[in-house]
Amino acid sequence: MTLTDPATLQQRRLTPQDGEVIDRTRTLQFTWNGRAHTGFEGDTIVSALAAAGERMLSRSFKYHRPRGLLTATMHDPGAILQVDDEPNVRAAHRLLREGMRVSSQNTWPSLHLDVKAVNQLIGRFLAPGFYYKTFMEPQSLWPVYERVLRQFVHAGRVSPEAAEEVYDKRYAHTDVLVVGGGPAGMAAALAAAQAGARVMLVEEEHRLGGRLRWTDPGAAEALAGRIHATENIRVLTNSTVAARYDENWCAVVQRDPVPGTAERLLKTRAGSVVVAAGLIERPYVFAGNDLPGVMLSTAVRRLVRLHAVAPGERAVVFTANPEGDAAVDDLRRAGVEVAHVADARTGANVVRARGRQGVQAVELADGSTIEADLLVTATGWTAPTSLLNMSGYVPYYEPRAARFLPGAPAADGVYCTGGIAGDASDEQHREHATAVGGLAARHALRRRRAVAARLPTVAASGDPAARDADGPVSDAAPTAVPGLPVPEHPELFRSSTHGIVDFSEDVSSKDLHSAVREGYDSAELAKRYTTVTMGSTQGKLELVNALAIIAEATGKTIAETGSTTWRPMYTSVTLGALAGRHHDPVRHSAIQPWHEAHGAVPLVAGQWIRPDHYGDPEAEVRAVRNGVGIIDVTPIGKLDLQGPDVPKLLNQLYVNKWSRLDVGRVRYGVMCAEDGVVLDDGVTARLGEDHYLMTTTSSGAARVWEWAEEWLQTVHPEWQVHVTPVTTAYTSINVAGPRSRQLVSRLVEGVDLSAEQFGYMQVRTGRVAGVDDCILWRIGFTGELSYEIHVPASFGLHVWECLLAAGEDLGVRPFGVEAQRVLRLEKGHLIVGQDTDGLTKAYSAGLDGAVKLDKDDFAGKPVLVWQHRNATGPRLVSIQPVDPGIVPPEASQILLPTGRIGGRITSSRHSPTLNRSVCLGQVERSLSEPGTVLSIRLPDGRTVEGTVMPRLAHVDPEGTRLDNETRPLPPVTRPAPVARGPVPVVGATASVAGWEVSPLRRREGLTLGDWSPMSKIGVRAPMGGSVAAALRARFGRTCRTAHGMLVVGSGPGEWTVLSGPAERTRTLQEMCELVQEEEGLASVVDLTHGRALFRLTGERAADLLAIVCAIDLSGDVVPDGAALRSSVAGVATDLIRHDDGSVPGYLLHCERSSGRYLFSTLQEVGAEYGLAETGFPTDGTVL
Amino acid sequence: MIQIPCPWCGPRNVTEFHHYGPSATRPSVADTTVEGWHRYLYFRANPLGPVEESWYHAAGCRRFVAVVRDTHSNQITPAEGAER
Repeated sequence: MTLTDPATLQQRRLTPQDGEVIDRTRTLQFTWNGRAHTGFEGDTIVSALAAAGERMLSRSFKYHRPRGLLTATMHDPGAILQVDDEPNVRAAHRLLREGMRVSSQNTWPSLHLDVKAVNQLIGRFLAPGFYYKTFMEPQSLWPVYERVLRQFVHAGRVSPEAAEEVYDKRYAHTDVLVVGGGPAGMAAALAAAQAGARVMLVEEEHRLGGRLRWTDPGAAEALAGRIHATENIRVLTNSTVAARYDENWCAVVQRDPVPGTAERLLKTRAGSVVVAAGLIERPYVFAGNDLPGVMLSTAVRRLVRLHAVAPGERAVVFTANPEGDAAVDDLRRAGVEVAHVADARTGANVVRARGRQGVQAVELADGSTIEADLLVTATGWTAPTSLLNMSGYVPYYEPRAARFLPGAPAADGVYCTGGIAGDASDEQHREHATAVGGLAARHALRRRRAVAARLPTVAASGDPAARDADGPVSDAAPTAVPGLPVPEHPELFRSSTHGIVDFSEDVSSKDLHSAVREGYDSAELAKRYTTVTMGSTQGKLELVNALAIIAEATGKTIAETGSTTWRPMYTSVTLGALAGRHHDPVRHSAIQPWHEAHGAVPLVAGQWIRPDHYGDPEAEVRAVRNGVGIIDVTPIGKLDLQGPDVPKLLNQLYVNKWSRLDVGRVRYGVMCAEDGVVLDDGVTARLGEDHYLMTTTSSGAARVWEWAEEWLQTVHPEWQVHVTPVTTAYTSINVAGPRSRQLVSRLVEGVDLSAEQFGYMQVRTGRVAGVDDCILWRIGFTGELSYEIHVPASFGLHVWECLLAAGEDLGVRPFGVEAQRVLRLEKGHLIVGQDTDGLTKAYSAGLDGAVKLDKDDFAGKPVLVWQHRNATGPRLVSIQPVDPGIVPPEASQILLPTGRIGGRITSSRHSPTLNRSVCLGQVERSLSEPGTVLSIRLPDGRTVEGTVMPRLAHVDPEGTRLDNETRPLPPVTRPAPVARGPVPVVGATASVAGWEVSPLRRREGLTLGDWSPMSKIGVRAPMGGSVAAALRARFGRTCRTAHGMLVVGSGPGEWTVLSGPAERTRTLQEMCELVQEEEGLASVVDLTHGRALFRLTGERAADLLAIVCAIDLSGDVVPDGAALRSSVAGVATDLIRHDDGSVPGYLLHCERSSGRYLFSTLQEVGAEYGLAETGFPTDGTVL
Repeated sequence: MIQIPCPWCGPRNVTEFHHYGPSATRPSVADTTVEGWHRYLYFRANPLGPVEESWYHAAGCRRFVAVVRDTHSNQITPAEGAER
């Protein structure tokens, strides 16, 4: 590139202008369709192209007509360009950057010689409804049509090699959200801030100021200066409030928020919204109105005053308002020859713009033709009421003003000011905006104060925090909002010729007329038929013109025509921003790191990541049948049930009987919903007089807990039962196989494992591998002798490794979910959700024996009574294909003799034990008799035969393998137990009270540490009782005790008592003593191993949490000592404000299995705040 | 997004709750009819206007919350005689 290259000369650049936003000392190089160009820092892509004299920027959507700069704003329909790998860039808004490669989109072979422009010639075939009419018949050609149409898609290219882009999403809270940073928005923001409100001021453009930037740059600068100097105004430029939903839940999109992030979505809850979006200038409809060189007056003024660019050489100005007149002055000052000013107020009119690739001459109504390369129109305004419409306002058309006005306020806390609300002097506008800002602040602060006064996290009255909540809001009557006069403006929409109405969809006024003639005579119908207002400008430029032309064609008024609906989003938002960064919670057992290190193939089961197998599932099956295997079954749901009425609850939930279950016994149970459909199954053990442990399916744990709570809270509040989920308080290991007793006995102390002392379906508690408080069940899903051991979760890995070491000579090997599925299928045990579906009632699941219809009541009983009486519904049967080598895929259909579908295969596998295929299936009753030969239709169309078996179990149908008389073996030596937190310690380790911790110590900046070793004792008791009085912390608050415990009021009648790792036994004992004295129902559950606990400390802690938590963590609503539960990164988490002196800090605790995920998510989102990992205090000072 | 005014926790985003819909009275199991049971299971009036319904605060206090919600405006007030 040489300096003689005309493109580098910026030939249209003017001398420095007052208020210009470019920095002439910083020249930027870029290319336009492959040619080198320059611009200045502060230029938009389009202003730099205009400075270089480039007029044509793109080709239109349908007719491929040449298009140039029209509005010079984000909404410029002709300035949508490809920039590097990014398509559809709003180039009249996007700032120029060094090295950008800019090109036009959808042109071939080039912008100036575009083959598809032939569409203009065949335009009459591209009439409205073209797509609906042309590409319909025959349907067989649709794929061909699709290929043709794809060629005409008006979009850029996405390169498959494009670098991955980062999009962000987070929450925000503000009292007043001001939309628009013009003079009115700024005045409203200042007034709201002065009234004590937190303000978020959102401006679409790159700088504050609005129209003041070209009418009075000094005033714009001064106002912006005051805004930036006000502490409680948060300014977001280059951002858009894209949507407003119920209760002022607003989507605020920030473009380029930080380097490296393309867009950020702020999900903002605002107390009040002030819409000060200003006005958008409206194009005029006439022949040739889309030629490059036809511009709006505001575009001309922006080019001249902000970017110091001459928009043309010789201009005709068509003006109907003072802004148009001012554009004439600007042009003259810039040295552009103004050949003619056509004043609409005196009856002048523009009829046609002539030219091929740009304006060459302008034809006026008086018959004269004037040579010009620039035609400026100033014919009126569109009020962008979108956010008001979304809030329930019904803007009305005012003919005197030739535009829509907002109408009466509809929603609580949504206001408008500035040009959108009316027309007035700058002084009147400022007064109006100031009053509206004050009103908005008052509304928001009153609400905020009312909410804060009732929040449990706010300290009781008398506390300084509570007094602050009363805040500086004055109760004096609000300043009355002065009215704004209705602006006077001539109604100018279309000249005597037809032209383009919707520039982005290429819809002309002629198209609208023809649509009306075809009967699409309402605005909503004509919109859908012609696609007017459905393009990238979404009605901002064309809506009023479209309505006026539909009105004209129907002979109605605009008011009678009505409007189309403004819907979210206000402006285009990338899918990336809506997707944001995604936090998908996953759960891990304490043994998962071991599985990963030992080649486990992961299986995603709901949220759980589990080992599917370790390489050879069939070998794993054989190991269990012939020796012994161990499987990590931690995901099995576990609910701790305490209270005298537990049997009542069990009787209500399960279809079988629970009144007489002795301590130490276990029973299998099935639950049905009220419609009789099988909901869940599992075993429940009675551990003590009033103490039970229920297990559920892995996926059903949360649902069953909620089901139990529903009965307890809404139907039988008189029942005395406490339900506490303890799924991940235990690491659960199933030891299965004929040698399982030998293996377990080597590690168990204090429990006699002999067949006569510890029979099938019994439960014991004891010490396993040196770990106390383990629960052992003798149950079996596999059909083998097996023990399910529940170990306090933190010791899970220790016990697992001890089992593997102690069983080496017995041939122990780990097995995964796949082997377990084969084993249970061989044994004919159903899996709820696999062998049952959303319609399977208990009698259709082979559970006839379990249902006890002689019970007075249980969930779903009436439906099961009827099912039993009428003998309806399919049956679950065991099926063996006649050809043992064929495994019919699950969901293969089972056919009736008539050829109709009579059932399906629900589970199928090759059985290594029988060396043949085995299945479970649901079939109609007529097919369910043992010995029936079924036709099974495979997905590939083949039909094979299978036989219905007499029993569900394929292997050992008599159950003789459970009669295992092996003798317990003497204990072996094993290492001392080690407790581990949910986050694997990387690097050096230290030991604190038997816990493996990281000794890292960081105090500066933002730190996150795994504090899971802390003792966490859950207590439940009546809210007004003796326990509550002794614990002192009320719901929502914490309380420190004299000897270093932190009592957290974690729920209504629910406390979590935190203390140091060495204090566990003492705290537990203390709490147990406390509940002894309680008259009402009180219970204690040790949650130390069931919960992950993290400590986050640092000035930016709340900012970090705002990325993943929707709660407003401001100091007045969540002060030090506050406790609440909410969703953090998708995980239900207890959040405790626990400051470190004056540095804000939080304790976060969640289910242990979610801990690793939550920790790594916090690390990931905290990176931008320099989050550093710290260890657990090894010196004993913790809380 | 609407907020549910949890009587325990304060207003929270609706995504923290599970919707249980209008309260239905469970018929006596001993003498219910097929029709009566089906009404209890499936039939809801679905009016445009105030509905008394319950929500479960799953990500918060784990309490069932009874409110009156206007299905037209989503205005929510605590139900008559609701706990707290």
